[in-house]
Amino acid sequence: MSRSRISLLVLGAALASLTALAATASGASHRKYAVSGNLSWTGIWTGAEQKNFQQVLNAFQKKFPGVKVKYTSAGDNTPQVLSTAVAGGKPPDLASVGQPGLVKQFAGRKAIKPIDFARALIAKNYTPSWITLGTYSGHLYGMVFKGANKSTIWYSVAAFKNAGVKPPKTWTQLLADAKTLRASGTPAYSVDGGDGWPLTDLFENVYIRTAGPAKYDLLAQHRLKWTDASVKVALKTMGQIYGDTSNIYGGTNGALQALLADSVNNVFSTPPKAAMTMEGDFVPTAATVKAKALTGYNVFPFPSILGSPPAVVGGGDTVVMFKDTPAARALISYLATPEAATIWAKLGGFSSPNKNVSASAYPDVLTRTTATALAKAKIFRFDMSDLAPAAFGGTAGQGEWKILQDFLRNPKDVNGTASKLEKAAATAYKK
Amino acid sequence: MSSPSIGAEPPYAGAPPDGEQGRGRAYLVTAMFLAPAAILLSVWILYPLIYTIWRSFYDSSGAHFIWLDNYKTLFSTDTTRTAIKNNAIWVAVVPALVTAIGLVFAVLTERIRWSVAFKIAVFMPMAVSLFAAGVIWRIMYQQEPSRGALNAVSAAVVDRVKQPGPLSDAFPSGTKLTGTPQTGIVLKTPVRPGSVALLPLTGIPPDQVPAGSVQARQPAPKAGAITGAVWRDFKPGGGTPGKLEKGEVGLPNVTVVLRDSSGKSIGSTTTGPDGRFVFAGVKPGAYRTAIGSATFRQPYGGVAWLGAKLINPAIMIAYIWVWAGFSMVVIAAGLAAIPRDTLEAARTDGATEWQVFRRVTVPLLAPVLSVVFITMLINVLKVFDIVLSVAPSSVQANANVIALAMWRTSFGGVNDFGLGSAIAVFLFLLVIPVLALNVRRFRREV
Repeated sequence: MSRSRISLLVLGAALASLTALAATASGASHRKYAVSGNLSWTGIWTGAEQKNFQQVLNAFQKKFPGVKVKYTSAGDNTPQVLSTAVAGGKPPDLASVGQPGLVKQFAGRKAIKPIDFARALIAKNYTPSWITLGTYSGHLYGMVFKGANKSTIWYSVAAFKNAGVKPPKTWTQLLADAKTLRASGTPAYSVDGGDGWPLTDLFENVYIRTAGPAKYDLLAQHRLKWTDASVKVALKTMGQIYGDTSNIYGGTNGALQALLADSVNNVFSTPPKAAMTMEGDFVPTAATVKAKALTGYNVFPFPSILGSPPAVVGGGDTVVMFKDTPAARALISYLATPEAATIWAKLGGFSSPNKNVSASAYPDVLTRTTATALAKAKIFRFDMSDLAPAAFGGTAGQGEWKILQDFLRNPKDVNGTASKLEKAAATAYKK
Repeated sequence: MSSPSIGAEPPYAGAPPDGEQGRGRAYLVTAMFLAPAAILLSVWILYPLIYTIWRSFYDSSGAHFIWLDNYKTLFSTDTTRTAIKNNAIWVAVVPALVTAIGLVFAVLTERIRWSVAFKIAVFMPMAVSLFAAGVIWRIMYQQEPSRGALNAVSAAVVDRVKQPGPLSDAFPSGTKLTGTPQTGIVLKTPVRPGSVALLPLTGIPPDQVPAGSVQARQPAPKAGAITGAVWRDFKPGGGTPGKLEKGEVGLPNVTVVLRDSSGKSIGSTTTGPDGRFVFAGVKPGAYRTAIGSATFRQPYGGVAWLGAKLINPAIMIAYIWVWAGFSMVVIAAGLAAIPRDTLEAARTDGATEWQVFRRVTVPLLAPVLSVVFITMLINVLKVFDIVLSVAPSSVQANANVIALAMWRTSFGGVNDFGLGSAIAVFLFLLVIPVLALNVRRFRREV
């Protein structure tokens, strides 16, 4: 019944300006019970993230009192939970997943439904690279609701002050500062080698700067081999950090056992055990030691390598739809609005890729900086390992994660690493 | 075997003489009694079994029949091959060790005073789930002595024996020093009386700068003496390496050694608050000034239990810790059932305790030992959760076992149910011979 009405509503919303949009949305609440039904949502967000997303859902349910959304958190097991649910024929109505590769897999199996109805609305609020990201064989299947800026390096203000260095703007400067930091008595790097994925993030940030976004795209689709010279250049550049073992907190062995929280705590603790850690905008939420933003820790963008232009590598959690119902459509359309994103942005720990979310919505300076950089970036690329088939870029203990951990163990083996990566990629992309 | 089966008697005894109908009713009753078990078994065991075998011949999407390709992949991929190899090690080592340790505990507990308390302590881990036990061991295995209990203990011992140096993080600055903190640091060029030896060090965190140190001062040359300074060659921004600058502090109480041209130590002195030191009354000649390695000795760094090399033994230790209690209790029960007079007879005949154990106790216990061994064999073949919880993800590939590979392949992001099913079938085939052994043994016992 109301499918056409909803798409009309969406069309209207898409055409309306920001304020008019709010008016249309509030108009929906007058048409009470226009859409109704129960929605189930299996999502990656747990803990504080789950609580904050619930606030967004509450706002939606206020607008659509006929719709009840039940959110179930599956955390890191989301791919397993969803795959099992799909195989068993009982998927939830909607889901949020961290791996675009999984979205692609589901789209290929026709397990998820296209969300083309919201394309215009999303195009209005997101830069084109986000649309490309969610599109498979001509249809839009996913919308990233929660983004992550992974081109950030977090540092201990005290360590930088002791060493008398300032956040570096170039890679050469970063390496020089690292030496100074070491001489000051604080190891420069805290490397999260225990999880494999932070290593892939460093590779991607280096690669997009040494090889450029065009090659980045080719490599992400495996239309360029991992044995390509550009990959080796990037690995060599990474080796300048991994090879400086006395400058890594805990040495290579320590780094290989450090998980995200450990590597962040090393930098955030007082006195700092290490000066810098390279990871995304979620770093402050990963810390389990108390530290103050700006005075205790701070952030700088990933430096330019040999004059490369500023670029952002990021990630995000994609919203997908398993059952095409009016209620599900209404919720997706709602989530595409800056209004929905603003609710979570205000609560913190959230970067919206929605470019129309105003910077003032973010509660602190650091998030404002990283989130705006993400939504407005001219050169933005999605985390390459997340785009790859999970067997290569998304599984602990195998593929890129494992091979880069081996590379951290032995950073001199550039050629061997490149050919191992190529071998693993060839098998994974074939399937 | 020859004794009449009592369980089968009543239906036949109570069967009416009019053959056909009565037999039909007997079948019906049998079927009714069997039905619940049969239904449960087919739903939970038979159907999944057949489906898994069928699924293992299809690709990851489930759309294409690919014959034995999944099995080929199983034996040609590094991940699964490591898993198979590790499982083989597990099978070779763990069941035997668990049985042996259980036997030793069982025999010992018969002789000690607080045997009940001891048994409770050994059996306690059985009450903890394997996953939780894994988490406990993972924490105990942490490499940093400040975090892992095992390394904390060894660090307390090692650091007591070999005390860490006062400047354990320092390393030479500039180009004029040779050697490493491990071997001791020596000034490259020889010094003669009347000249100055500068020994700049760096890499010293602000909180490790010795208390009472002041701005380093350039030592003045002195006739007949070797003067010099040891200082923290660092000021914010770095400064010029090797040059004594304003803002750089001296390192007090550092032991400096003077060596003659043959390398023999002929004297030592310690530095003052501004880092200066003097060797007075030195005879003419060429000397070397050095700081010994004791100054730089690192605190004990801990054993990398969770590193790639030790991860398999580390997990096995945790696993044995859990299962030793089970083994001990079962064997102790068997031990209690051994006729005492046999043991007494052996002792009366002059057998030593070891001979009694070896020739009488163990052979009499053989059936119980084989129960424990075979149970452990099956448990070890399907070992899974403890590997998942002890091994950090950076070494999980090194610690992989078949069941873990099956789960990772099917659900761990790869989502290849085809290959996952093939691994499951392979594991099933491995368990069958052990099961057959077990079933045969059961029959024999009945």
